[in-house]
Amino acid sequence: MNPDLHLWLIPLLPFAGFLLNGILGPGLPKWLITTIALLAPLASFCVVLNASLGVFGFLPASNSLPYVETCPLLWINAGILRIDFSFVLDQLSLVMLLVVTGVGFLIHVYSVGYMSDDEGYARYFSYLNLFLFFMTVLVLAGNALVMFVGWEGVGLASYLLIGFWFQKKSAADAGKKAFIVNRIGDFGFLIGMFLLVANFGTLTFSEIGARLDANPAWQGGVLTIIALCLMLGAAGKSAQLPLYIWLPDAMEGPTPVSALIHAATMVTAGVYMVARTHVLFDHSPVALGVVATVGAATAIFAATIALVQNDIKRVLAYSTISQLGYMFLGCGVTAYSAAIFHLMTHAFFKALLFLAAGSVIHSIGGEQDLRKMGGLRKKLPVTFAVTTVGVLAIAGIFPFAGFFSKDAILYAAFLQQPNGKILWFVGLLTALLTAFYMFRLWYMTFLGEARSPQGHAHECPWSMRGPLLILAALSVCGGWVGMLRFGSFLAPSVGARITEAGSYIPFSLFPVPWEVILSIVAVLVALEGWLIADKYYRRKPERPAQLAAALPAGYKLLANKYYVDEFYGAVVVKPLLAVSKFFLEWVVDIGILGGAAWLLGGVATFTGAILQRWQSGNLRSYAAWLAAGAAAVLLFLLVPWATVLASLPAIHLGMAGH
Amino acid sequence: MHLILFLVFAGLCLAGAINLLLQSHPIDSALSLIVVMTSLSVLYLLLGAEFLAAAQVIVYAGAIMVLFTFVVMLLNAGREERTLGSRVARSIGFPAVTAILAVIATVILHAQGLGVARLSDGITSTEELSAVLFTKLLLPFEVTSVLILIAILGAVALARHSEGNEDSQGSAEGTGK
Amino acid sequence: MNSFFAQEVPLSWYLLLSAVLFSLGVVGFLIKRNLITVFMSIELMLNGVNLYFVTFAHQWHAVKGQIFVFFVMMVAAAEAAVGLAIIIAVFRARATLAVDRIDRMKL
Repeated sequence: MNPDLHLWLIPLLPFAGFLLNGILGPGLPKWLITTIALLAPLASFCVVLNASLGVFGFLPASNSLPYVETCPLLWINAGILRIDFSFVLDQLSLVMLLVVTGVGFLIHVYSVGYMSDDEGYARYFSYLNLFLFFMTVLVLAGNALVMFVGWEGVGLASYLLIGFWFQKKSAADAGKKAFIVNRIGDFGFLIGMFLLVANFGTLTFSEIGARLDANPAWQGGVLTIIALCLMLGAAGKSAQLPLYIWLPDAMEGPTPVSALIHAATMVTAGVYMVARTHVLFDHSPVALGVVATVGAATAIFAATIALVQNDIKRVLAYSTISQLGYMFLGCGVTAYSAAIFHLMTHAFFKALLFLAAGSVIHSIGGEQDLRKMGGLRKKLPVTFAVTTVGVLAIAGIFPFAGFFSKDAILYAAFLQQPNGKILWFVGLLTALLTAFYMFRLWYMTFLGEARSPQGHAHECPWSMRGPLLILAALSVCGGWVGMLRFGSFLAPSVGARITEAGSYIPFSLFPVPWEVILSIVAVLVALEGWLIADKYYRRKPERPAQLAAALPAGYKLLANKYYVDEFYGAVVVKPLLAVSKFFLEWVVDIGILGGAAWLLGGVATFTGAILQRWQSGNLRSYAAWLAAGAAAVLLFLLVPWATVLASLPAIHLGMAGH
Repeated sequence: MHLILFLVFAGLCLAGAINLLLQSHPIDSALSLIVVMTSLSVLYLLLGAEFLAAAQVIVYAGAIMVLFTFVVMLLNAGREERTLGSRVARSIGFPAVTAILAVIATVILHAQGLGVARLSDGITSTEELSAVLFTKLLLPFEVTSVLILIAILGAVALARHSEGNEDSQGSAEGTGK
Repeated sequence: MNSFFAQEVPLSWYLLLSAVLFSLGVVGFLIKRNLITVFMSIELMLNGVNLYFVTFAHQWHAVKGQIFVFFVMMVAAAEAAVGLAIIIAVFRARATLAVDRIDRMKL
């Protein structure tokens, strides 16, 4: 029916890039490393494009989705459980793939310029390609186990890239923290998978979906538990409460890594997974409520922390956590296509903001503190322009990309019964805060006067400028596809939005007045945020310090991120270390293992000491033992033991009788 | 006649053996052993082994014991000293020997079908012996001669003075010259 | 008189004598303190065994028994030569023939 799409090429090409650069990298000339590193994601992107052109009808032979490719070799065949390596291309994975490979390729290009002086150049690109491999496996996965492979793999790549400059202790620690916190979430994912196998006998998404569609009355109960377990996994990977703590620390990695992994693609894997398994969530209102609440709470929580952060990358990190909260909010009100829409636009403008921040950092020699920046508008005009676009997009101002997607989510939340209006209000408040802190960043970085000597700040090379410009263009027009078309495109794979009435409510921009009103309110709120930022950081720059002095406790609470890390350290980490030290070090390591080794050695030495006395060198004792041995052999052979032993009782009785 | 001869020479054997154990000077033990061997030679003759009787006197008493005597005199071995005994030897060895003797004696005494020895029993002639030795058992015979050759070489190599004394390391007792 | 002189000796007496000689040899090995005397006890053991063989050669009219004794004698000769050479070498190294003092081959 379809021409062969060769989906397996999409992960394989980056994997080949990883192998080549990883194994041969250090010996190759720089241009060759760059070529291999850039060719892999580009080729991947081309394969995806080829598939998408067919889907959108630009090619004569149009493909019908979903398109499944299965490896003929069965992976697991154990009883009822049959798992194969299958890749599925449907609308959802197509959109994700376009984002992942497209933005991924742009960031690869940017990295060429950013990491050009680094001695780990080949290693960096091999890790980046490895990440792309695992991410595409995750997106294309047709069953939960293959997705889990990708899931773990992106965690690994994230660890390797966060701790890229591993000689720095803070970077190595951040890598470990990310991996460990992710593992906690993965535990939830694993439990969810086990429950799926127990209840459905299969891990393939299409089969699970079919089974659930056939039983619309099956709600709640074990499905809630499965959904909550999967949500735990998503919370770990996508940095939601309470497992978000690794993301700010992950800013220790190179800025392109932050852009790719911790803004555009890896952290969105959680949202993708929820959208992929949406049938489970649809059948469990409790789980949906949890997802929405967690999303909203995380959004506002992270936004409040971002208000007072002074590191440019930390602001963007908390902003990412906050926007991910928006996406989960969207999933929680079953507006999955809205969430994916926001995922896509967020990828564009957040990657843009990170790369622009990287350009700023690169130009002023590694400085990341906002308080030391300022007045860079004249020296970095291109960066200034693209950052402006990104900030307008994230604030949700019409007609930039963020407006459409954020508005779709807020509208869906508003309509949700019974508590949708509360969620909507929280989302609105977060939008206000988002606009405020993003414009704060904009003012402190580019406008005003330089607060510290910046030397020869220069604009970045074209290898870095190109991706910036492309992403800026996407941030402008990425939302123009409109929620209506986007939603109906994705509907076959993520379902139409379900209301309690069970009817399909189309998203459109004009006919329904509520939507218009809500959009206008959102834009006004964003502009209000801008105005407040303008007042505090341009017209009256002494006001922030005054406010901080007036509310010292509040300021300290926010600046120290609500002391969450310290709390976890005291409640989780310290007891764990104490138990480990006692149990594993003392009981197991020293006691059991050391004791066993000591015992073995002791037994050997002891028997050796005993036996040593036998080897006395004394001829006569040797002779005596020889004679004894000979006597024993003779006795054994010549005495009829059977009759002797049989007659013993008789002798005994006979003697007793006397 | 046979009985008397047997009793006399068996008694000499035992006496010689016990004397070997009781004497403290090795030369006395050597001479006792010679007595044992010559008595045994007579016993062989009583059992009809004429060649072996002769060989016993020539080889054992005449060559091996002479060698022993030479060595005793060469090394100037004196009376045995009272050194520490070996407790193990006494506590384990003696019971072992007793056990061996007891078992073998029991087996011998309970054996059926053992015959008797009379003076009138024929003597195995040397001709019979050699007929078997040089035809059927020729290979062992030749191998034995090689064995003796090796023994000679070994004895010569072990016992001669090494020139320059380079390989007598370790012991500070020096060489017995 | 004739019957007295023509009396026969049960072969078991020869065998018993042989066993006793052998045991005396082992005892000698265990209690003698001079190295050469220990070696002589070994020769005594061998002789005891030779008597055993000859007795059975007489019993079964088997020449092979006597030939075996012949071989034992040859081996004993070789062994005596080499053994005494070793004793000489040991005496040169340790200047003593006391069995209890020659105990360097130990752990």
